[in-house]
Formats: sequence, structure tokens, C-alpha cells
Amino acid sequence: MRLDTTDKQLINLFQRDLPVCDRPYEAIARQLGIAEEEVIERLQSLQDSQVLSRVGPVFEHSRAGASLLAAVAVPDEQLDLVAATVNRAPGVNHNYAREHTYNLWFVMTAPDEDTLEERLDELERQLRLPMLRLPMVEAYHIDLGFDIDWESLS
Amino acid sequence: MTLQQCPEYLAMVPEVASTGPVSAWGLFRLRRHLELGLPLTPRPYEALAEKTGLSEQEVIIAIRQWQAHGLIKRFGLVVRHRALGYTANAMVVWDVPEDQVQALGQALARTSYVTLCYQRPRRLPDWPYNLFCMIHGVDRQRVLRQLKALIEDHGLEQIPHAVLFSTKAYRQRGGRYVSHD
Repeated sequence: MRLDTTDKQLINLFQRDLPVCDRPYEAIARQLGIAEEEVIERLQSLQDSQVLSRVGPVFEHSRAGASLLAAVAVPDEQLDLVAATVNRAPGVNHNYAREHTYNLWFVMTAPDEDTLEERLDELERQLRLPMLRLPMVEAYHIDLGFDIDWESLS
Repeated sequence: MTLQQCPEYLAMVPEVASTGPVSAWGLFRLRRHLELGLPLTPRPYEALAEKTGLSEQEVIIAIRQWQAHGLIKRFGLVVRHRALGYTANAMVVWDVPEDQVQALGQALARTSYVTLCYQRPRRLPDWPYNLFCMIHGVDRQRVLRQLKALIEDHGLEQIPHAVLFSTKAYRQRGGRYVSHD
């Protein structure tokens, strides 16, 4: 999808602090000098084209529930298959192939630690692959709301 | 998950939670709906109110309180960087002596192109690395140059590290802690 200047402005200005008032999209519209309807249409189309995952909150992971980063070492030819199995497990919200012996990395979430552990145990049984469980010890910086570098993207 | 297991975010919104069990469940439902994103309709908070049994004003109060208390750390457009063209995403992992890991983590976190930085446990012998940082980049060569600069700026020549570029995203979405898949 090709983004125009207004799309870019929307992203630049509203990755954080979306207005929390009766008509938030109207508040955005006023700031951009366009109609409320156009803001909604643009957000919808950015969402449809997968540029936006959603409009809404990012919860503080340490207070929102339990989550854990895990990795498995998968034979290359089975990677897609194993990734699909991981995606079917409850609570998986990130799942990436990476260049390493441990080549499949995913994050699993759950309402609480016990449920999380049960889910991981079950998945490990299904996969029959050694799994690295790497809980967060300390976060020094987690913020994916960084300014987009439009110039190097173009 | 039951209501009793999540008293923390109810306590953050005493104005709403104190009005009775209906509102407490309303807050629980609100959180669940919010994880899926805000409706793209002129009055999204009213739409959430209808789904949760709260009033529009209660929804607004709850979200503001959750922001103020830090349960919601960011509220806005959540970008999929890969779709925009950030395709060279490197997870760089380091094997740092225990007594240096915190200081180094804090230092790396201040670097403009480091988007995530955290400490995790080693899993010996398979996994010797205890400090993770992420560089979201547009092309691989540039990310590798940034990494080289990082090593020079922080004197990390002697610290073993590995670079794990991502090659495929099988899933990327917000955490659904309480909502169903």
C-alpha cells in the first residue's frame, strides 16, 4: 500500500495519545484539517492493508498478565509446519523465524503464570523439540512506538 | 480467568468498580474488547459501552485511569513495521558478565536505533546470552553498520554476541491476555 502525506501524518502524530473523548476521530480530524469520516476511512484502510495491527492500547506486559518468550530449534524443512502448530496454541501473539540454530521464536501470553506454564508444557509435548523458555528478568526499554523514518523507507 | 484473579485493574477504577458487580464485569469485558482494538466508528467508546454494559463515560474514565496507572502504556495507532518496509529486524543477544548487565542494558536502551532492550536468563549450555536488544531496520547492511557502531561506542569487542535476523513473521499482533483466540 502506498501511503500519502496524510497517512504518514496520522501515523507520526497518533502512535501514542489517541484522544480519549466522545469523538476521538473528530479530534484527530480537526488537528489534521480533514473530515472525521476521512480519518475513519484512512484508519480502516491502513488496518485492512495490514499497516496497522489495530488502533488502541498497548498493555504493560508485566501488569497485564503472564507472557514468555520461547524458542525452538526446528529442522529447516519442518519450519513452516512447526510454526503453524505454534500458531494454533492458545495465546501466541508473536511468532518469527530467525537465523540461528534456535530458529523459531514466539511469545505466548496467558491470564496467569500457571496457565502459561500448562500451555507451554502442552506445546512442548506436541512439538517434541527442546524449548528455551526465556522469561523477562528486567526490561530496560520496550517501546515500538518509535518515529517512523519515512525517508529511508521510500 | 475469573474476576477475583484480576483485582488490580478494577482497583484502578474505583469510580466504576464501586457501583457494583455489573460494572466490575463490565470493566473485565472492556479490557477484553480493548485488546482487540478500538472500533472505527464515530463514537468508539459508546460502541464499547454497548458491548460491555458500561456507560460511554465509564468507558472513558476507565481507559484514562488505566493510562494514568500504567496498565495501558501507549494508546494509539499500533504499526506493523514489517508491512511498512522495516524488513531487516535483528535481535542481537549478548553474553554479559552478571555485574555489568544492568548498566549495559540501560546504556544500550538509550541508543536511538535500539527499539527493545531487556535481560533474560541464560539456559546453559544451549543458550549463553543474557541481554537482548532489537534493531528494527530497513536494510540489513545498515543494521549491521549500526551494530558495529554500537560495539565500538560501548566497548563491547570482548563480549560474545549473536545476531538473529528475522526471516519470516508467522504472527504479529497485540497480546491477548484475557480475550480468547
